[in-house]
Amino acid sequence: MTWIKAGLAGLCKLGAALRKGCGLPWGRVATFAQRSVRYPWGNTTMKYAFETIAVGIGAFVALLGAAFAKDDLFEAHMWILFFVLLCATVLLLRRIQFSPVEGPSADAESGYFDEVVRYGTIATVFWGVVGFLVGVVVALQLAFPDLNIEPWFNFGRMRPLHTSAVVFAFGGNALIMTSFYVVQRTSRARLFGGDLAWFVFWGYQLFIVMAATGYLLGITQSREYAEPEWYVDLWLTAVWVAYLIVFLGTLLKRKEPHIYVANWFYLAFIVTIAMLHIVNNLAMPVSFLGSKSYSLFSGVQDALTQWWYGHNAVGFFLTAGFLGMMYYFIPKQAGRPVYSYRLSIIHFWSLIFLYIWAGPHHLHYTALPDWAQTLGMVFSIMLWMPSWGGMINGLMTLSGAWDKIRTDPIIRMMVIAVAFYGMSTFEGPMMSIKAVNSLSHYTDWTIGHVHSGALGWVGMITFGAIYYLTPKLWGRERLYSLRLVNWHFWLATLGIVVYAAVMWVAGIQQGLMWREYNDQGFLVYSFAESVAAMKPYYILRALGGLMYLTGGIIMAWNVTMTILGHQRNEAAIPGSLPALQPAE
Amino acid sequence: MSLLDKHGIIERNATLLLVASLLVVSVGGIVEIAPLFYLENTIEKVDGMRPYSPLELAGRDIYIREGCYTCHSQMIRPFRDEVERYGHYSLAAESMYDHSFQWGSKRTGPDLARVGSRYSNEWHVQHLTEPRSVVPESVMPSYSFLANAPLRIENVTASLKASRMVGVPYSDEMIENAEADILAQANPDADTSGVEARYPKLVLGDFDGSPAALTEMDALISYLQMLGTLVDFSTYDEASGYR
Repeated sequence: MTWIKAGLAGLCKLGAALRKGCGLPWGRVATFAQRSVRYPWGNTTMKYAFETIAVGIGAFVALLGAAFAKDDLFEAHMWILFFVLLCATVLLLRRIQFSPVEGPSADAESGYFDEVVRYGTIATVFWGVVGFLVGVVVALQLAFPDLNIEPWFNFGRMRPLHTSAVVFAFGGNALIMTSFYVVQRTSRARLFGGDLAWFVFWGYQLFIVMAATGYLLGITQSREYAEPEWYVDLWLTAVWVAYLIVFLGTLLKRKEPHIYVANWFYLAFIVTIAMLHIVNNLAMPVSFLGSKSYSLFSGVQDALTQWWYGHNAVGFFLTAGFLGMMYYFIPKQAGRPVYSYRLSIIHFWSLIFLYIWAGPHHLHYTALPDWAQTLGMVFSIMLWMPSWGGMINGLMTLSGAWDKIRTDPIIRMMVIAVAFYGMSTFEGPMMSIKAVNSLSHYTDWTIGHVHSGALGWVGMITFGAIYYLTPKLWGRERLYSLRLVNWHFWLATLGIVVYAAVMWVAGIQQGLMWREYNDQGFLVYSFAESVAAMKPYYILRALGGLMYLTGGIIMAWNVTMTILGHQRNEAAIPGSLPALQPAE
Repeated sequence: MSLLDKHGIIERNATLLLVASLLVVSVGGIVEIAPLFYLENTIEKVDGMRPYSPLELAGRDIYIREGCYTCHSQMIRPFRDEVERYGHYSLAAESMYDHSFQWGSKRTGPDLARVGSRYSNEWHVQHLTEPRSVVPESVMPSYSFLANAPLRIENVTASLKASRMVGVPYSDEMIENAEADILAQANPDADTSGVEARYPKLVLGDFDGSPAALTEMDALISYLQMLGTLVDFSTYDEASGYR
């Protein structure tokens, strides 16, 4: 025991020195995580002692990984991990307080655990802007290939960076953050597990950093939206199990008799993603100190496993989870109850049952057996119904409050989100029809479809939730500026319209050019000609993305100013205030 | 609507909700994916398929590393235009040793399932180094760094072993000779009888135009040059492949 004690004392000294060395107000920041560990040998409290030691050991293990790596990529990746964890250790050491034991903080066991939600809000906004920015860059790379900077910033490595940044970093943080907020409010209970929620948050950020840097280094499994290699997958599994424990634990200790509908969707999303993630990432590493692995499945089985995962990353990550957001934030912002309780029951069970079957529509006319393709198509078309049931439930929640679309830009954002959800859940089943798919598959139409869902539905409902949450979480009277929300709304909406319209035209033209025959029965166009024809569309698409990115930056500004406690002096949105009547 | 009224039971029990959701979402995957592992006609019976040679496998790893699948499919659909443009439609058997599969989902560039032996090695080097010098309309990034990156071969035996553990039929002999084979395939002066016997239809030679060094360019081109060339379609019975 003595060497542990000596080590701890050394750590304490180091921490004290570091603390002295910096004049930053860490004490103020350090109000999060009310954790105290009391040691038998002294009358002092070390906050974050366990966390600091764990992260420090993690950094050391990463260093060992770098030293004994079997390949260059793993070595580089472990160096990155080491520096990230080293920085985390130093930051934690600076926050350690060595004051005598204080009484437990007043809000430790009362009220809600919202600090992690605040961090989550900031992370969502940050990763959102990063993801949109990388999106604009890759869009421009397709229009102007000289923007590729080999080897790290070539399109093939940047594209997974973009998809993961928006799906997992932006979307994932939005889901974790809002689910933590919603489950506490609707259960009237504090988050279960104490600091476990912090592990979920920071563990998830570490996953994002490792995945993103891995792509640029060239570490990938080549499975779309599941590109991270085996060791990053294992880490995400640990984080996800912790997430499930926090969420389910909070539900179990709820003070409300019923579990609110939003939580059904969140719970189904968490548990299904766990199943999909584990099965789809089963792989054999070449070495336990190397970055490369080979998938457990091959060829046709591997393809269907991957698209079973891939389609339900859309179905559960980007749909079910965000429907949870819809079911909480739209009623809240509109001040109206959910339209139909029975519809939400039918919506929930039919949606989660049907979605899982739809994967094979990504493999129409491939070497996948026909029976599986047909099954996938039939279920994809059936999926239209629960999707629109959900849309109706969301939209009709506004009945009696339709005027708010005119006066409240946040409601407007949520409504356009649901409208885009309805649009893309009609387009999806249509594209899953084999005859349509024979034209649309492999073209930019698919890209346009994904973006009308991702930018329109996922993005807009998240923006609405962020605008709803920010003043509440930081105790501000209102947002910095509602007019900026309006700007964001129109930039984003027009950006999506430009993007989707351009990609429809581009995709259909591509598909038609590839199958165009002349009178003599020869193919009319070479493949290269179809590539050249895309250039104007790719430029316009980048423009649409740029508008969307600009909206995101405006949101970041608005949220930052709100957090800092500013209120913009501006005229009210027309119609939002009751018109004054002249005195008679 | 009595069934809906009973829903309150699930709403009051979080564990029940969790278990019920998990059961409901399991069904689709089990019904669709599990039969692919035991229905015998899922993968056609063909002649000519063999595991990748060590150099081809290294090239395939580079293909994956660079994210080529984000723009190139390897799955020709059975349509008149695709078969005319790219060749015979792809069979499931042709990717049965692909861990992971590389069917792709987007054709920003053309399908590569049968690109093997369509172009010369020199064309590939030129195209990978400066794509627009041979295809002016191309939007492909340059991969000139591959020609200067020496191919690391110390993990090749481990790669073959890991592939065998997930089901690729590499023989003991193939694994023992992995390092020798990877050197021999790209060296015009080497004795290639062994590697050729182990991997029929092997494309031999110095792929990147610099015989002195074994580079990542060698590996990638050796992979591209074998794509879609293995199956002997003269003995393939189309009717038997219908499923």
